[in-house]
Amino acid sequence: MIDARLVKRFFAGPESESFELNVHLQAEAGITVLFGASGAGKSLTLNCVAGFARPDQGRILVGGDLYFDAAAGVHLSPQRRRCGYIFQDHALFPHMTVRENLRFAAAAAGRNRLRGLQRHRRINELLEIFQLSELAARRPAQLSGGQQQRAALARILVADPRALLLDEPVRGLDLHLRQAFYDVLRDTRERLKVPILLVTHDLEECFELADSICVIHRGRFLQCGPREQVLSRPVSAEAARTLGAFNILPAEIAALDPARNSSKLRVFGREIEGPYLPAHLIGDQGFLCVRESEMHISQCKHENGMALRLLAAQPSSRGVRLRLEHDVYAIISAAGYESVRGAACLEVDIPPSAIWFVAK
Amino acid sequence: MTPIPQAIDWFPLWLSLRVAALATLFVLIVGTFLAFMLSHREFRGKNVLDALITLPLVLPPTVLGYYLLVLLGRPSPFGRFYEYVTGQPLVFTWEAAVVAACLHSTPIYVKAARAILEGIDYRYEWAAFSLGASEWRTFWHVTLPLARRGLVSLAALAFARSLGDFGVTIMLAGNIPGRTQTLSVAIYNAVESGNGHVARVLVLVISLIALALLWSAGYAVKGGTNGRFLPPASRARGGA
Repeated sequence: MIDARLVKRFFAGPESESFELNVHLQAEAGITVLFGASGAGKSLTLNCVAGFARPDQGRILVGGDLYFDAAAGVHLSPQRRRCGYIFQDHALFPHMTVRENLRFAAAAAGRNRLRGLQRHRRINELLEIFQLSELAARRPAQLSGGQQQRAALARILVADPRALLLDEPVRGLDLHLRQAFYDVLRDTRERLKVPILLVTHDLEECFELADSICVIHRGRFLQCGPREQVLSRPVSAEAARTLGAFNILPAEIAALDPARNSSKLRVFGREIEGPYLPAHLIGDQGFLCVRESEMHISQCKHENGMALRLLAAQPSSRGVRLRLEHDVYAIISAAGYESVRGAACLEVDIPPSAIWFVAK
Repeated sequence: MTPIPQAIDWFPLWLSLRVAALATLFVLIVGTFLAFMLSHREFRGKNVLDALITLPLVLPPTVLGYYLLVLLGRPSPFGRFYEYVTGQPLVFTWEAAVVAACLHSTPIYVKAARAILEGIDYRYEWAAFSLGASEWRTFWHVTLPLARRGLVSLAALAFARSLGDFGVTIMLAGNIPGRTQTLSVAIYNAVESGNGHVARVLVLVISLIALALLWSAGYAVKGGTNGRFLPPASRARGGA
């Protein structure tokens, strides 16, 4: 597993603001996604673990080995860390064939590790696993995007890495190639019981791949945890905002009823029903977080329902995304949209189970 | 009365080619090392080193020649050491012309080679490091092959430039026909002594050689971008 406490500061320059990375990253075997906007410090975290950047303070342990300790002055070179690093464009050596790329990795991995026939066998085995045997004599430029990804992964696995670090490996690739890469990566996760750190700002990728997620914003982790928890139970409005796809509505607790496991939340002057909120008091101010896809929309029926005007409707990959008053968004199916199209007023219904309240 | 055309002494041409070849070899090794240090390492005095390497480009050849005479002349420590080892002084020998040619071609080689090495996507080197490759292995198997075409064309340029040194050569190696008289010095000599025929022929020869070298250098560079040798198509997209 990876246990890294990192502090790294950058002072303001003529064209850059000051920036501080201050995170405590813990990753078990499996895929840990570092999720955040660009410039949040995701890649920097990866570079610190790989040894390409030196933190000002902190300590990095990978699989029980000390890679970095500011206090003790330990800073292993990238060569000795053996972290498989996949770059955005794979960085396969363009002047070598696929097989030569793998052979380079095997030779680089160390004198006494893999020799002669054994090395040859290992390379063939990996070419086989990643369906590259036929393509072994080709140069990277002669491979398709998906084949390049597989070759990059195979090259890394030759060296028997202690951890895998992936920096937006599918950015700029089309959906079909992404899916193929996700499959290969899931496969690799099963085969290789090491921590895999994946940097992305694509929410879909979190859903597809993550075992756990760290939400990073301006150099700090807002939330780290298992995927389901992070995706549905953000710890703060900021975490929800960074994840995106959430409506974050200012709310006040109007009533709490532990006996019936319910509460009443005042949102935009209306009261709506929610689940009981432990550790909160009546009158608490905060935010109601609800996924855009979990909003129920219908034509106005009830007098005291939450009625919002429709401002815009945009087709999206999962149906239609509605923009309502007060910056409220809802994703509904195309059929659902047909039934409310043209309605003067829309009623928003939020199922209690979808409601998640965070204090201010 | 027209002067009778003399038989042309071709020694200066052969000497110049030999001097330029040795100087190019020196520049390829030392210049590539310097360019690598400047492009890949941070160290104290880097800017000073950079300025020192560039200095020969801007100083008058007489000044450079004077410095070298002081540094390498017979009374200097290096001059005495050289004489002790080889049994002859360095100045006013054809070897001194090699020194002069190196000084003439090193600055532009290092400048351009540094730009080439800096232009190589750092991710290839990082990828090699993270696979466990030492810096030496990475340099030989990744950095150098990726820079090869550019450096080869630069070597052609360095060779052409080594052919052309005049000022420092004449100060340091002198103008001894049959021993230290290089092509450019011989042309000067021919013009000075009113020997227009020799001058014309030698000028034509050195121009043609230079043109051929530059053409081949340009060809090598163009060859470097004809797709096959380029990194994956994603390189253009990836940015720096």
